Amino acid sequence: MLLLFCPYCELEAEETEFSSGGQAHIKRESVGSSDVTFEKYLFTKKNPKGVHFERWRHSNGCGKWFHAARSTLTLEVYGTYKAQTFEPPQALQNKIRKKISNWKWELS
Amino acid sequence: MKKYSVFEIAKQALKSHLGWEKAWENPIPKKKYDIIIVGAGGHGLATAYYLGKNFGITNVAIIERGWLGGGNTGRNTTIIRSNYLQDPSAAIYEKSRSLYENLSQDLNYNVMFSPRGVMMLAQTEHEVRGYKRTAMANALQGVSTEYIAPSRVKELCPIINVSGPRYPVLGALWQARAGTARHDAVAWGYARQCSAMGMHILQQTEVTAIKSKKGQVSGVSTSAGNIECQKLCMVVAGQSGHLAEMAGFRLPVESVALQALVSEPIKPCMDVVVMANTVHGYMSQSDKGEMVIGGGADGYNNYTQRGSFQHIEETVRSLIETFPMISRLKMLRQWGGVVDMTGDRSPIISKTPLDNCFINCGWGTGGFKAIPGSGWATAEMVANGFPGSLAEAFSLSRFKEGRFIDESVAAGVAH
Repeated sequence: MLLLFCPYCELEAEETEFSSGGQAHIKRESVGSSDVTFEKYLFTKKNPKGVHFERWRHSNGCGKWFHAARSTLTLEVYGTYKAQTFEPPQALQNKIRKKISNWKWELS
Repeated sequence: MKKYSVFEIAKQALKSHLGWEKAWENPIPKKKYDIIIVGAGGHGLATAYYLGKNFGITNVAIIERGWLGGGNTGRNTTIIRSNYLQDPSAAIYEKSRSLYENLSQDLNYNVMFSPRGVMMLAQTEHEVRGYKRTAMANALQGVSTEYIAPSRVKELCPIINVSGPRYPVLGALWQARAGTARHDAVAWGYARQCSAMGMHILQQTEVTAIKSKKGQVSGVSTSAGNIECQKLCMVVAGQSGHLAEMAGFRLPVESVALQALVSEPIKPCMDVVVMANTVHGYMSQSDKGEMVIGGGADGYNNYTQRGSFQHIEETVRSLIETFPMISRLKMLRQWGGVVDMTGDRSPIISKTPLDNCFINCGWGTGGFKAIPGSGWATAEMVANGFPGSLAEAFSLSRFKEGRFIDESVAAGVAH
């Protein structure tokens, strides 16, 4: 079972307290978008084999959305951070790069 | 290849069963094949088999990272049914179910197809309406199903509690010709015939790169060296996104873990398959007597072939209300598989942005039932270079064009 840290409550809790919300940092498309960008927004997710940035909601807690960096290969959670940002905090990026040397942050 | 028959068994019995030949070869890879299929699971092997049988193409290699049939083909709950809502789904799943009926004879390998009947319980008013609609749709599609009352449910499966307090059984969608088959045998039967036709099944050979130039695939790099091909077909289920990335494009799929479990063996107590989609649980009894139980998929991306404990608990908890007698059963084994989910819960059988590269993926939580039909349709597409009538609705472009084959309602999560 995953253990996630809610950055708002500042509490570590089990996965059953949260709900997963899919890939984080996606660009939201709307009216006027082309078919290609709309398809990418709705369906063509990153689905990486490795480091994944995703949205989680503390649904049985404060109810707030936050972001997590997690490995889809080992289920290791590298860290969580508040959602009001366009990219993961530098400290978290450095932490991941220390474990996986060839990893680099890319927007979706 | 020696034909399996009752006479052969008698003959071998006189020789203490030491004379059986290997079911398939373990060949040295050639430098070049006409067609390379990546993935020796059920769908990949079936594609190869129908390429040989229907189109006479036998210069084929099937490359497998692990062992054949060791992925989702060997990890599912073996349910075969075709009671889908949308026309393209009903067509391909019904083709598949009907191929299963004669598969043992066709492959000369006992796949133990058992058309014992599948019932999908309606436990809410929404499901009652949904399944009545599906039964009508199936009647128009020529798929034989019926909507049955709780009394008939009880008659077909006496161990069901139809008047549970939380989720009473209000009716069911019943497909009498649906059932189960031995999952490993399906992979083994196809593999044996492919090998007999001279195809190469290369196990423990991992594809590490896909080589292409000017929109054409020229071959693959593998852990056993470079292999060239004229056409490439990817059939790797949960790993599809990863393989497509090697080829330079992205797929509308996400990989998640789906789990199943079996109980200790008990005496025969149910001779149908029961699916309860509202509570995310389904159950059947294997020939060994184990209760085979499947549940819902995890909610997040996962490549680990293991799922969350709470999903096992949820599945078993909900089944205990419907089947009170299983409450004291011990569970023997639990395992997970990586399934590739599409946005509309329908598969992808399609051409790709690369000219001579084809893909079969996105079967999500319900690929086993589709193996023969999927192989049939994919072989047709690979041989001709474009999809035939069974496959054309399942193209990659449907996500861009909004032509979804929405089975989220009809199929739910339980397959």
